[in-house]
Amino acid sequence: MRSDEAQAEPGEAAAGAGQRAPRRLIARDQLGALIQTLAGSGYAVIGPTVRDGAIVYDEVRGVADLPAGWTDRQEAGRYRLERREDGALFGYAVGPHSWKRFLHPPAELLWRARRTEDGFAVEAAPPSPPRFAFLGVRACELHAIAIQDRVFLGGTYRDTGYAARREGAFVVAVNCGTAGGTCFCASMGTGPGVSAGFDLALTELVGDGGHAFLVEAGSEAGATVLAGLASQPATQAALAAAEAVVEGARAGMGRRMETAGLKELLQSNPEHPRWDDIAARCLACANCTMVCPTCFCTTVSDRTDLAGGEATREKRWDSCFTADFSFIHGGAVRASRRSRYRQWMTHKLAHWIDQFGTSGCVGCGRCITWCPVGIDITEEAAAIRAQATGPGKPEVTHGDA
Amino acid sequence: MSAAAIAEPMLPRPFRVVASRRETGDTVTLELVPLAGSVPDFAPDQFKPGQFNMVYAFGVGEVPVSLSGDPADGGRMVHTVRAVGAVSRAIAAAAPGSVLGVRGPFGSAWPMAEAEGRDLLLVAGGLGLAPLRPAIRQALARGERFGRIAILYGSRGPAEILYREELAAWGQRPGATVALTLDHADAAWEGHVGVVPDLIPGVSFDPRNSVAMLCGPEVMLRFTARALLGAGVPAERIYVSMERNMKCAVGLCGHCQFGGDFICRDGAVLRYDRVAARLAVREV
Ligand SMILES: Cc1cc2nc3c(=O)[nH]c(=O)nc-3n(C[C@H](O)[C@H](O)[C@H](O)COP(=O)(O)OP(=O)(O)OC[C@H]3O[C@@H](n4cnc5c(N)ncnc54)[C@H](O)[C@@H]3O)c2cc1C
Ligand code: SF4
Ligand code: SF4
Repeated sequence: MRSDEAQAEPGEAAAGAGQRAPRRLIARDQLGALIQTLAGSGYAVIGPTVRDGAIVYDEVRGVADLPAGWTDRQEAGRYRLERREDGALFGYAVGPHSWKRFLHPPAELLWRARRTEDGFAVEAAPPSPPRFAFLGVRACELHAIAIQDRVFLGGTYRDTGYAARREGAFVVAVNCGTAGGTCFCASMGTGPGVSAGFDLALTELVGDGGHAFLVEAGSEAGATVLAGLASQPATQAALAAAEAVVEGARAGMGRRMETAGLKELLQSNPEHPRWDDIAARCLACANCTMVCPTCFCTTVSDRTDLAGGEATREKRWDSCFTADFSFIHGGAVRASRRSRYRQWMTHKLAHWIDQFGTSGCVGCGRCITWCPVGIDITEEAAAIRAQATGPGKPEVTHGDA
Repeated sequence: MSAAAIAEPMLPRPFRVVASRRETGDTVTLELVPLAGSVPDFAPDQFKPGQFNMVYAFGVGEVPVSLSGDPADGGRMVHTVRAVGAVSRAIAAAAPGSVLGVRGPFGSAWPMAEAEGRDLLLVAGGLGLAPLRPAIRQALARGERFGRIAILYGSRGPAEILYREELAAWGQRPGATVALTLDHADAAWEGHVGVVPDLIPGVSFDPRNSVAMLCGPEVMLRFTARALLGAGVPAERIYVSMERNMKCAVGLCGHCQFGGDFICRDGAVLRYDRVAARLAVREV
C-alpha cells in the first residue's frame, strides 16, 4: 500500500484491475475470527477499546475488547463517552489516539554508542519492527497515514523505522456511520467513506435486530484473509444500507472547513489580528500536536550511563508549541504563543502543500476536541478569511486591515 | 544542490581531531579525519562550500556546524566552532587525538558556478565568516573565473576577528578586496566602525553583474540584502545562509522549518527572493 494509492479516486482504487472486489457480508462473530486469523499470522492486532473514559487504540484479543455499544460526544474542548442502544462496535468517531503512535511511536531508540580504546563506536538500534494489524481505521486516518508516508518516505532521506513498520502493517478500515461533533473530513475530501489504502474495509450494519459487516478487500492479502472467513455475497439491500451509513455520517458532520484559497490566505496573512486573538487563548500546551494524526515533529534525547561509557540517542515526539523547539543560541525564534500557533496552523494548512503536495489536515477534529480551551481550527481559519487582506480574502471585505 | 544521499544519515561516524587552532577567546578551528576503517565511503572533497555537518560530542550532544575548510585541501573536515553552550563548548574543547561524531555533509551550497564571470560579494557578520570561508578560498583559487572579489566582514570587536592572517592574505590577492568593520573598536583600531552594510558603498562592483553571498545574524542579513538591493543587485543574485534549530538534518524532525522550507534540506543557503517576504516577518 503506497501513498499514491490512497490518493486515488474512489472506484479506481483497490484490487488493482480498476474494479473494486465484490463485497461480502460477514456476521458479527466473524470479526472475532478476523482478529484471531490476524493474530495467528503473527500480527499484533490493534483496535479500539475503552479505557479511562475514552476510546483508545490498544492490543485487542477478541470482539469482547471492542467498544460495543459506546459512542463519543465531542465538542470544542469536550469529549464524553455515552452508551448507544444498538450495540455497535464502531459507533464512535475518533478518540485521542491515532495510528501514528504505532507507526511513528512517541519514543524510539536510534542508536547506542560505547567508548572504545580508539574513541567510540556507534551501533544502529536493531530493527525488530512489530507487524501491526490495525482494526478500525477511519477514512480520515487512512489519509493521515498516506500523508505521513509522504513525510517519512517521500524524500531523499527515508525514516527507515517507519518504513519497516509501515510495510509490515495490515489495515482493516471502517466506514464512518457516526460523525463526531468536531469532524470535518467531508470538507477536506478525506471521508467519511474509505476509498483506498486498506487491506480490508468494513461497513457496520446494525439495527432491525441484525448485526453484520459488509467487507471489501483492497489488496491480495486482504482478499486471502476474507476468503478464510465465513461470508455470503452482499445483497442489494446490504449495499444500499452501507451507502446510507456513510451518507448519514456525511450529513451529520459537525464542522466544515473552507479550503478554497486557504493556502494563499494563510501565507499572505502572517500579521492578521486574529493571531493575537488566538494567542490570548492558547496555552501552548501542545495537546493539538500530540493528538493530530499527521503532526510528525521529533526531537532527540541523548543519554549516557553514570560511568560515561555508554550513550544512547532516542527520538521522541516534539511540538512546535514548546519554547525549546525553535531555540537557537540567544533564545527561541518563536518566543510568543502567537508565533507558535501561527506556525502550527500555517504549516498544517498551507506550507504542508508546498512541502508534500497535500494539506496536513484530514479534518479528524482531534485538535478541536482535545484543546483544553476549545480553540477550533475551522473557526480560526474562517475568522482569518472574514477579515483578510490579499489572496484568499472574501469577495466582500468587512473593513480594512 | 545537495550532495548524494548518505547511507546511514542518522548514525554519527567517528572522526579524530588532528588539529585544533584557537581563533579567538571562545572559537577554535578543528581539523578532523575519519577513524581508520570506520568511515569507508568518506570523501572529504565531496562536500560543497556552504554545507554543514552534525557534530557530536560523546555523551554531550550534537549540533550543526558548517564546513569551514576548502574541499580541495583534501582528507580533512574543517570546522570553526564557537563555544556558546554545553555542546559547542565540548566540541571546541576537543583536543587533538580525541574523537567526535560526524553526520553529513548536509544542505545546499553557495552558487559557485552561477557566480563565475561575475563580481563576487562575500558578506559576513561574526561567525558567519566560517561558512563563507570555503567559498572565499575556492573563488580566490580560481580567481580568473570571477570578476572582482570583495570580502566584507563585520566583527563585534577586534578580539573577535576570525582568520586574521588569512584575511590579510586574501586582501593581497589581485582583484580581491577585504573590508572590515567593527561594532566596537578599541583605541588601536584605525579601520571602519559600524555595521556591515555600511561597507558596501566603499567597494567597487557592477551591481547588474554580481553575485552576493551573505552569512550572519538574521538582522545583518536583512539590512545587508536591503542595501544590496538599493545598490542595484537583483534579489535573485543575492544568497543568504540561514540558521535554525536542527535535530535530524535530513528533513524529518521538523525543527528547522522556515515557512515552506526546511533549512537543513532546502538551505542553509537560500536565494534571497525566495525568503525575502518571510525574513521581513518576525518570529517565523
Ligand atoms: C546550518 C548551521 C550552521 C552552523 N554553523 C556553525 C559554525 O560553523 N560554527 C559554530 O560555532 N556554530 C554554528 N552553528 C550554530 C551552532 O549549531 C550552535 O551554536 C549550537 O547549536 C549551540 O549549541 P550548544 O548546545 O552549545 O548551545 P546552547 O545555547 O546551550 O543550545 C542548546 C541547544 O539549542 C540548539 N541550538 C542552539 N543554538 C543553535 C543555533 N545557532 N543553531 C541551531 N541550533 C541551535 C541546539 O540543539 C543546542 O544543543 C550553525 C548552525 C546551523 C543551523
Ligand atoms: S489539524 Fe486537527 S483536524 Fe486536522 S488532522 Fe490534525 S488534529 Fe485532525
Ligand atoms: S491550540 Fe489548544 S491544544 Fe493547541 S497548544 Fe494551544 S491550547 Fe494547547
